[in-house]
Amino acid sequence: MQADAIRTATLEAFADTVVPGEKRGDDDVSVAGAAAGGGAVAAGALELLATDGAGMEPILDGLVAALNDHATEWAARRGLALDRDLPAFVALPFGERTGLVSELVGPGHAEKELWVSLALFSNMAYDSAAHLSTVEALAAGHPGLRAMGIDPPDPDGLWRFPDFSYRRPLARLHPGTTASGSPA
Amino acid sequence: MSAVERTDVLVVGSGFGGAITAYHLAAGGAKVTVLERGPWLSGTDFEHDYLLGSSYTRAFDFVVGDGMSVLGGNCVGGGSVVYFAAMPRAPRFAFERHGGIGRRMWPAAISRDTLEPWYDRVAEALPVTKQGWDDVPYAGGVFAAACHHAGRTANPVPVAIDGSRCTNCNWMMAGCRFDAKRSMLLNYLPAAVAHGAVIRPLHEVQHLTRTPQGHYRVHYTVVDDVDYRVHRDEGVIEAKLVVLAAGAGATPVILQRSEAALGTMPHAVGRYFSGNGERLNTAVMNEDRVAEVLGLSRPDGRAYAANQIGKGPCVASWDRLDGTLPEYERYSLEQLYFPPGLGTILAQVPDGSTPSWFGVRKKEMLSRWQSWLTVFTMSEDDNEGVFGTPPPTGNAVRISQQMLGRGTLSYRPTENTLRGWELSDADVRDILGRDGLAGVAPWTNDVVGAYTVHPLASCRIGDDPATSALDDRHELRGHPGIFVTDGSAVPGALTVNPAMTIAALAERAVPGIVAAARARGVDCRYGAPAPGGETSARRGVLPLAAPIVGAG
Repeated sequence: MQADAIRTATLEAFADTVVPGEKRGDDDVSVAGAAAGGGAVAAGALELLATDGAGMEPILDGLVAALNDHATEWAARRGLALDRDLPAFVALPFGERTGLVSELVGPGHAEKELWVSLALFSNMAYDSAAHLSTVEALAAGHPGLRAMGIDPPDPDGLWRFPDFSYRRPLARLHPGTTASGSPA
Repeated sequence: MSAVERTDVLVVGSGFGGAITAYHLAAGGAKVTVLERGPWLSGTDFEHDYLLGSSYTRAFDFVVGDGMSVLGGNCVGGGSVVYFAAMPRAPRFAFERHGGIGRRMWPAAISRDTLEPWYDRVAEALPVTKQGWDDVPYAGGVFAAACHHAGRTANPVPVAIDGSRCTNCNWMMAGCRFDAKRSMLLNYLPAAVAHGAVIRPLHEVQHLTRTPQGHYRVHYTVVDDVDYRVHRDEGVIEAKLVVLAAGAGATPVILQRSEAALGTMPHAVGRYFSGNGERLNTAVMNEDRVAEVLGLSRPDGRAYAANQIGKGPCVASWDRLDGTLPEYERYSLEQLYFPPGLGTILAQVPDGSTPSWFGVRKKEMLSRWQSWLTVFTMSEDDNEGVFGTPPPTGNAVRISQQMLGRGTLSYRPTENTLRGWELSDADVRDILGRDGLAGVAPWTNDVVGAYTVHPLASCRIGDDPATSALDDRHELRGHPGIFVTDGSAVPGALTVNPAMTIAALAERAVPGIVAAARARGVDCRYGAPAPGGETSARRGVLPLAAPIVGAG
């Protein structure tokens, strides 16, 4: 694989481990297909990681190389044979990817902060589409925002919920409540 | 060379602590300059958008530390712009806490009783109002009903929100588009400007030096308005008196960086940091059980499914705010909304499966996001936080253009703190897990450590010079003419949202600052009305201020 393809596939496989999605086709090797519907990759994780705003772009090549080194070492430790035509992390089955990522983001790992950052942005692509205008992402059927059931805004792009309250007393007030409404 | 710029009072930061002091000093006649490291946003600048670079990331900071991550404001108005406007007064016992120092942490001069007149000033100025049940959004209603079902009480919390303007959009963390949230942008800051105060956004103070006359030179850099990692310029302003109010995550760092020039700092600068004992649990409500057990339904027939709707925290359970309970076992539980972006990653799947915060099961949990109900614990931690060597600039090495940075705070929760969290976790499970209402799990502390939206106590007031950086008038020990009035001055965790107490302490500190300014040759008086002109609460504090500021 060319360097660009290795980078893309490796980052996609990582993002797909954080928020798994369905394969985009039979030849999709980076998305493992561990969950129905689009995951972090379909949500735009790579696009978000590449933005100037995220600040991750300068270190992505290093992360890709390190992740594949970790995957090679992980496979050796676990006695797994990897497809040499694929980046090592991509060649791992989904459960093994999950195991390795759990180790990398776990307490005490020397590079934890880097992998947590990568996981954070992968998750943000899905749960908030931070590389897109939220209104446009919703209109375009962004897989994460849609799956979470986020209600759309008013036509002016702002949210208003005139129906917001059960409008009735639902508990006894604390007996020590003061006149200002604060605890005593 | 141009002459050094001069002002009477230099205020660092424009949140509650900076805005309140800037207003009173400017209204009293002092020449006031406010330096704020973040942008100056208002009204239509506040967007409903998660896009990086929108007001959400421009105004908000997330600083990852070692064992503690701090969320805070980064804009003119500071925390008041991005906070959720819950404004309870701290319970009486919070002022009597000893913490780990074997004596009362608060100065003898301050108790709930002595702070009440200053609370009243803030309540009048913002204003702070009580909420009724008609104001409580669905999420707060579910929490209240679940508390009642579990034999507990629950209260709508007092807030600084204009209900007639609020749309329950739940975008408070990005700033209020509708001017419903009564931030400093709507009261103290415009009033300060009307009295001649100058506010300079995107000016990040790095350190202070002292002149032979005992004045201070405040050294700042000018931050790029898009990429906060880039500094465009630098400068110096000389002031007769400095008020530091950069927030509990930044004020101690400025002082640490100033130590080489100013001399030894009090031991407590950058120590005794408290995260206000904060902890989050997320429940995934079972919609059928909410209807069956709690008898709740919305007009459209749904029981709940309204995580997106509301205005931050609206209902709190104060049953554990009981002064007869042992210290570290008292806490409030508050329904809270946390938006996507930072508000889902740390939530754990309730069934105990692994991995708990990412992967297949987490994605399934996200598909029920509208049924999430998040409960916020504010407990009594042990002031465990310590700041390390300051970064080259600011209080963090910025990773992203905005919002995300790496700070120097380390925090190792003690058994006391952990016990409070365990007790509160069990309480939340008891309330929301009862009768199949929900699956409940705390947010993980394994990813970015603990976290707080209410950093406190990193430069605190007290009577004991060994364990407090400030005297009871908020003046930095050994460095006359430097005052600290932000959350870092609060001695410890409050068990409730601290903004009201931070603001009341700032109000209380003003007469002493006026007196110090006068002693330094500043023509300045105390006694301005509330920013909107109200005078009722002023009547309560003038007799308290008179002995401090003297005649005039």
